[in-house]
Amino acid sequence: MAYRSFVLICSGTGCESNKSGVIFDRMAKQITEKGLQSEIQLVKTGCFGLCERGPIVKVLPDETFYVDVKPEDADKIVEEHLLKGRPVKNLVYQYEESQKNIKIENIPFYQKQFRIVLRNCGVIDPENINEYIARDGYKALEKALFEMTPDDIIEELKISGLRGRGGAGFPTWRKWVFTKDVQSDVKYVVCNADEGDPGAYMDRSTIEGDPHSIIEAMTICGYTVGAHQGYVYIRAEYPLAIRRLEMAIRQAREMGLLGKDILGSGFDFDIEIRLGAGAFVCGEETALLASIEGNRGMPRPRPPFPAISGLWGKPTVINNVETWASIPVILLKGGKWFAQIGTETSKGTKVFALTGKVNNSGLIEVPMGTTLREVIFDIGGGIKNGKKFKAVQSGGPSGGVIPAEYLDTPIDYENLQKLGSIMGSGGLIVMDEDDCMIDIAKFYLEFTVDESCGKCSPCRIGGKQMYGILDRITKGKGELADIDKLKQIGRAMQKASLCGLGQTAPNPVLSTLRYFEHEYRQHILEKKCAAGSCKELVFYTINPQKCIGCGLCAMKCPVNCISGEKRKPHTIDQSKCIKCGNCYTVCKFGAVIKG
Amino acid sequence: MEMIQIKVNDIAIEVPKGTTILEAARKAQVNIPKLCNHPDLPPTAACGLCIVKIKNNPKMIRACATKAEPGMEIITHDPELYQVRRTVLELILSNHPNDCLQCPRNQNCELQTLAADFGIREVPFTQMIVEHPVDDSSPALTINPAKCVKCGRCVEVCQVMQNVWALEFIGRGYNMRIAPAADVKLIDSPCVKCGQCTAHCPVGALYEKDETPAVWEVLQDPSKHKVVQIAPAVRVAVGEAFGLEPGTVLTKKIYSVLKRLGFDAVFDTNFGADLTIMEEGSEFVERFVHKKGVLPLITSCCPGWVDYLEKYYPEMIPHFSSAKSPHEMVGVLTKTYYAQKTGISAKDIYGVSIMPCTAKKYEITRSDEMRASGVQDIDVVLTTREFTRMIKASGIDFLNLPDMDADSLLGDYTGAGVIFGATGGVMEAALRTAYYLVTGKDLGKVDFEETRGLEGIKRATIDFNGVKINIAVAHGLANVQYVMEEVKEALAAGKEPPYHFIEVMACRGGCVGGGGQPYGATDEIRAKRAKGIYEDDKQSEFRCSHHNPMVQKLYQEFLGKPLSEKSHELLHTHYHERPLYNR
Repeated sequence: MAYRSFVLICSGTGCESNKSGVIFDRMAKQITEKGLQSEIQLVKTGCFGLCERGPIVKVLPDETFYVDVKPEDADKIVEEHLLKGRPVKNLVYQYEESQKNIKIENIPFYQKQFRIVLRNCGVIDPENINEYIARDGYKALEKALFEMTPDDIIEELKISGLRGRGGAGFPTWRKWVFTKDVQSDVKYVVCNADEGDPGAYMDRSTIEGDPHSIIEAMTICGYTVGAHQGYVYIRAEYPLAIRRLEMAIRQAREMGLLGKDILGSGFDFDIEIRLGAGAFVCGEETALLASIEGNRGMPRPRPPFPAISGLWGKPTVINNVETWASIPVILLKGGKWFAQIGTETSKGTKVFALTGKVNNSGLIEVPMGTTLREVIFDIGGGIKNGKKFKAVQSGGPSGGVIPAEYLDTPIDYENLQKLGSIMGSGGLIVMDEDDCMIDIAKFYLEFTVDESCGKCSPCRIGGKQMYGILDRITKGKGELADIDKLKQIGRAMQKASLCGLGQTAPNPVLSTLRYFEHEYRQHILEKKCAAGSCKELVFYTINPQKCIGCGLCAMKCPVNCISGEKRKPHTIDQSKCIKCGNCYTVCKFGAVIKG
Repeated sequence: MEMIQIKVNDIAIEVPKGTTILEAARKAQVNIPKLCNHPDLPPTAACGLCIVKIKNNPKMIRACATKAEPGMEIITHDPELYQVRRTVLELILSNHPNDCLQCPRNQNCELQTLAADFGIREVPFTQMIVEHPVDDSSPALTINPAKCVKCGRCVEVCQVMQNVWALEFIGRGYNMRIAPAADVKLIDSPCVKCGQCTAHCPVGALYEKDETPAVWEVLQDPSKHKVVQIAPAVRVAVGEAFGLEPGTVLTKKIYSVLKRLGFDAVFDTNFGADLTIMEEGSEFVERFVHKKGVLPLITSCCPGWVDYLEKYYPEMIPHFSSAKSPHEMVGVLTKTYYAQKTGISAKDIYGVSIMPCTAKKYEITRSDEMRASGVQDIDVVLTTREFTRMIKASGIDFLNLPDMDADSLLGDYTGAGVIFGATGGVMEAALRTAYYLVTGKDLGKVDFEETRGLEGIKRATIDFNGVKINIAVAHGLANVQYVMEEVKEALAAGKEPPYHFIEVMACRGGCVGGGGQPYGATDEIRAKRAKGIYEDDKQSEFRCSHHNPMVQKLYQEFLGKPLSEKSHELLHTHYHERPLYNR
């Protein structure tokens, strides 16, 4: 019997932690109580992307898009919408009386997006292989096994122009050819799911929402290069993704889509999961392989590249989650179709985790060549609280800041690199006028210093020295010579570090120096932080013209450094002030000045 | 060998395929600076100093870890490379105490040399020193984390070359350091004290426990009768510290300097080596001819190996020769036989061993049997390195000293005794005497080329007048596992083991490459030192241990015969299973 309505409830990690599981259970209970279980199907899906407004519940076929749903809203949605057919207005995203409910394609957040990697996220139940199959899942594998030779597959990938989505953008087909052409009794296929950039969760969401796409792609790769064993290296901090992947592997095995004699083709391939302990450097491919082997996760020099000599010295194709997820679509729709999307050098789409001072934080997928402005202002809905855009950091701690004058740059590998940043795995962090660029650089550097494996001296010592200099500058103890020192160390790290972590770690510093050197100088020479975020350089004063002497600031001051008679202007004792900012926040008259 | 054509700084050269850029550059008379790379070890690529450019490659790549490819055009030096290298070096120096004047490696430090070569006058970066306590728990070796440059050589040596796995990287990033796995103290770790880490450390982060102060003090003590002995491998290496070629034999100068330093009697460990052969050779005959005891017999004169076997192969203990190591034999005889002859009380004798070895520092207290004389048989062990420092501190013009002889009672030796210092030497010496013991006849030609050289495992079958003896010689502890596994497999299958006699030395090249030897050992240097050893053997009047007149005299006057009750009491020991980690 057909259902008259489907309710899709996001069960990605973000919405789950906001109790979407409870919402699901309550709705299920209500539906049962109301005897609707044969009419309405509840589905737990992967991420919808608009994480800013989660938990998200979507009702089909009318496409009502509920946001910010709370457990107590569950009853109401069942009662009002599912039983009586009346959308719960206050929960519908951007409700307008004329339209009743806004269709997803009309929501600005989704308008400029194009979903290939995330095609099934928020659409299917990731825990049910049949839903994946119903959306053409494993069709690409079937096509590969029965209609294509390994060379055909590589040719299709070559035409598609797909480049590695892990960050460096190496052409995927080339990696595959290297491994395919090496003579070896054993070869391996590895999925790099060791996503670790602060604020990035593209890979996690992809696996949570569509685990079979990874399994299917890795199996296709195994067939292409002649490997029979695959490993997914995923960090243990992703329990939901791990559980869904385990479930998917089990289901695929049961249906003969993994294991011996896949689909009767005679081809054997299986996948195992390896859990990472969360070291950022294990996202570097050689460190990742060392970790799978059971060794300390430290990079080793390349060449030899893993494609020739990888896991246990055997040829190994290693691709990132997003790269894998693109592959079944390429085989089904053709490389040509994929190559139509994007720019000259960068084809297809890119998933970004858009975060920071932007209205619509979330997971987005856009065609390569979309401009930063479109991403931040059209999709992201602009800057929070009407503040001014200052810069966007792409590529996480390995990337750099891009200032406002380059907002119209179409996003692709080469353009971002020219601007001193990188594509990276896809973190986009938006900053506004309240963000101090030195503080931002310090934040990222602190991360890479902490995550450096410590093997090579440029990264181990260089990062620590740069961090020390930035710390001094943000405390008003910098010297002009520090700017040259930062550049000197940064260059040495870029050139002499062993792996990508160390080579890119100075990027946030060097790119902020490139675009915001005046801020560094201001910190050093004027001992001033214009953004007001470096505590040691911020001073709070009271404007006697505006102060009415209400005494609220003095009451809220934790160190009692504000004094003054009632109804007379107050003053702040600078020697006692700890710069907590309470006075600035509580003053209703704008009398407290931060500067 | 396939040769490839490359260019180094526009100079066309031809190198064998598989040559690293670092090695290739040397063929073009270019030395690329490096701190972590060592010819004994796989490249760790840690220091970041050996970067070079390759035409049409935007990156700088590591010369140590990159193999030259046909047609490659390499640039090793240009202003940009110089700047980057210099900054990396300055960074390393910013993380180093730079207290060279008080450092064990002063004037012998690879980092100091680099700083001098680069003409570093100041370090522009903030000095940051690792604050972690020194680990001096081991009687043999010390780790000073503050000086460590994290090159990783010691870890590679310990894991790859020695298969001991005592040292590991702990922590990460700036806080990464070298320590025993699980961060236990060195004494509680699987460390076998071979000291190869100290021999490979480019700086003063790992070094032998310095016992020279104790020896200086005793040398001033008139109440002590100071007795010293030198190991075979010391005589061919000590000259390196005085600018001589490795392998220069300085035996008689060493005796001379020891007398000048104030030792009352100078003996030679080689005498003990001859004695070891008498005991161990007889033990072999007992097992092989009289079937008393299990085969193969395995040598036990290397204390690093003894420690390793007790930890990693305790099930093989019955195969171990119970004979003590040569210097322990000399030690116990000094405090019994010599004491008796001279009328000096054992407790008034202070015995010093000068050894190429750090594990000997541990061996002297490894069990109560090392006090067979009633007091500790050897009081202190100095390595070759400590010994050279003492010579230098004494102000004695070592190389111009007149030659002197050792005190013959425990000082005369045969060629068989001296070859203990090189891998295969114990086996060769044992074969010379075992042949006599088994056949009743002396060998015509005493040289066994099969046991010599730097091949990691040497296997041979020796014809004892129609009786075939299968032998194996392994050196560098990582090679031991292959031989041991062969034996264990055969024993487990109830088959005849593939060998009758096995020699093992913990260090590559044997004692000439010992962990206490002068810095900078490579295979080339080990081979030169070994050459000196074999020359000494060739020039010896007697070349078989059983021909040593003083050894014969010792048996007549004191011990009776090999494996006598007295021999067992003084010259033999037992072994015990030891845990890898003390908890």
